Amino acid sequence: MSIEIKNVSYTYMPGTPFESKALDDVSLTVEEGSFVAIAGHTGSGKSTMLQHMNGLLQPTSGEIVIDGQALFGKGKEVKSARDKVGMVFQYPEHQLFEETVEADIAFGPKNRGLSEKEVAARVKMAMEFVGVDYEAYRQKSPFGLSGGEMRRVAIAGVVALSPKYLVLDEPTAGLNPQGRDELLEKIRELHEKRHMTIVFVSHDMDAIARYAERIIVLSGGRLVLDAAPYEAYSNKETIESAGLLLPRLTTLLRTVEAHGLKLNLKPKDMLTVEGAVRAIMAAKRPAPKAKNNQRGGKG
Amino acid sequence: MAFIEIENLVHRYEGRDESEPPALKGVNISVEEGEFLAIVGTNGSGKSTLAKHLNAILLPTAGRVTVDGRNTADPAELWEIRKTVGMVFQNPDNQIIAAIVEDDVAFGPENLGVPPEEIRQRVKDALASVRMEKYRDFAPHLLSGGQKQRIAIAGALAMQTRCLVLDEPTSMLDPVGRRSLMETVKRLHREQGITVILITHFMEEAIGADRVIVLSKGQAVMEGTPREVYCREQEMKSLGLEVPLAAEVAARLRRNGLKFPEDIMTDEELAVALCQ
Repeated sequence: MSIEIKNVSYTYMPGTPFESKALDDVSLTVEEGSFVAIAGHTGSGKSTMLQHMNGLLQPTSGEIVIDGQALFGKGKEVKSARDKVGMVFQYPEHQLFEETVEADIAFGPKNRGLSEKEVAARVKMAMEFVGVDYEAYRQKSPFGLSGGEMRRVAIAGVVALSPKYLVLDEPTAGLNPQGRDELLEKIRELHEKRHMTIVFVSHDMDAIARYAERIIVLSGGRLVLDAAPYEAYSNKETIESAGLLLPRLTTLLRTVEAHGLKLNLKPKDMLTVEGAVRAIMAAKRPAPKAKNNQRGGKG
Repeated sequence: MAFIEIENLVHRYEGRDESEPPALKGVNISVEEGEFLAIVGTNGSGKSTLAKHLNAILLPTAGRVTVDGRNTADPAELWEIRKTVGMVFQNPDNQIIAAIVEDDVAFGPENLGVPPEEIRQRVKDALASVRMEKYRDFAPHLLSGGQKQRIAIAGALAMQTRCLVLDEPTSMLDPVGRRSLMETVKRLHREQGITVILITHFMEEAIGADRVIVLSKGQAVMEGTPREVYCREQEMKSLGLEVPLAAEVAARLRRNGLKFPEDIMTDEELAVALCQ
């Protein structure tokens, strides 16, 4: 079971002076249960690709297949395949519209024709999952909330649909570091506890390094890198020529190595501050038991 | 009196519950002309509210803000204040109004009644300052986010603004746009002596500032050079803020017993200290 993108090209406004090719023969498969990040500079085609994943855009050529069902035309099977993919747009809080938080989140499930009881249960579940207290917030206006809270309520509106695949376009843009980490932790929980497949677009390479299992880099509408985040360390040129920066931790570790401290970096050490500290300590204090070595070996 | 004086500034949004604390509760800051000040804080710390007081978009509930000696609460001073302090906001799409880049940059001076010849010159100079001359007859919607932000800065420069207030100007930009915008801001400060007040939650962006002020819950709680503020890593964390990554790694290595300078801010400094 997967989302398959097969040789997809997409051209905006074909046959006009504004014609531009946003995707150029992109193929990739997002396996069920994975946590994938799509990165690229502004205009690299990442949002265009996302909008193909639930059939909002139809490829100019190529096809999208969800769990074996091609997204083409309007049949019942296509509709239900599209419903498997929950889409969170950029700045989803701009789409809040109801008078209360509860009513806003209930909008999607209600449209699916679920019973009132089921809708209420979904709303409660979704709010718990994004970390917005049900009792305290359900009757509040979504417009009186802080930016981070509004973002989470908007995401709850999609989570309440219980999609199998959750696709998010720059979910952390404009949030401060704390808000960003809280939100990504919640998304990780959805992935781990609810086994939702996560696809998120970001140019925050630090967040990608910490959360994603796989990073896909688009540049000029083409797929230029498909790798595990730790492999960013050895793909500096590809990443930078795609208009992205290496994760900050990767840059830091590379700088340290460039100054002559040889680090024995394991993949997981490259992704967390704890890992980096461990690797640096090991290089500075090569003795096996640091405990017996407190007095010696300082740099 | 300093160029910008913020004295006991309190701001309470109208219509908010009286039981809620005000957005700003007694802030005191003086900014000298030519300074590069960074104001950092989490969402809800009051930093954007503070920014809007600097050119009278908001007026104090209590306390006083003066710009070059002019009180923002005095309606007669409004034009002079807005001319002196230019604002650049977070969202590049919310602050461009004209259909052509040049017209957008000319909008401010036109409103001030500047003669056409001079407007032409100012627009030319302003676009050159942000390295956007090539795009003068472009439609703004064809530009990237970072380019749009530079046009917004050019709009302020064309007003011959002496102070730029940038409210999280890079948070919607990609890494390349972010870097080019920050380079532009730092260059304008360095070469033209423009006062810069940068509101941000990216600590790395504030490294080049002369001074950093940390806002939390409507109050200024920390102040110093970036180096002084960033070495107080635990304190920053308790306020929900990060320190630059190199400072954090250094702090952890220090806790693990490695000895090196207390005030490491950049990767380069960390690497040098480790390899001595």
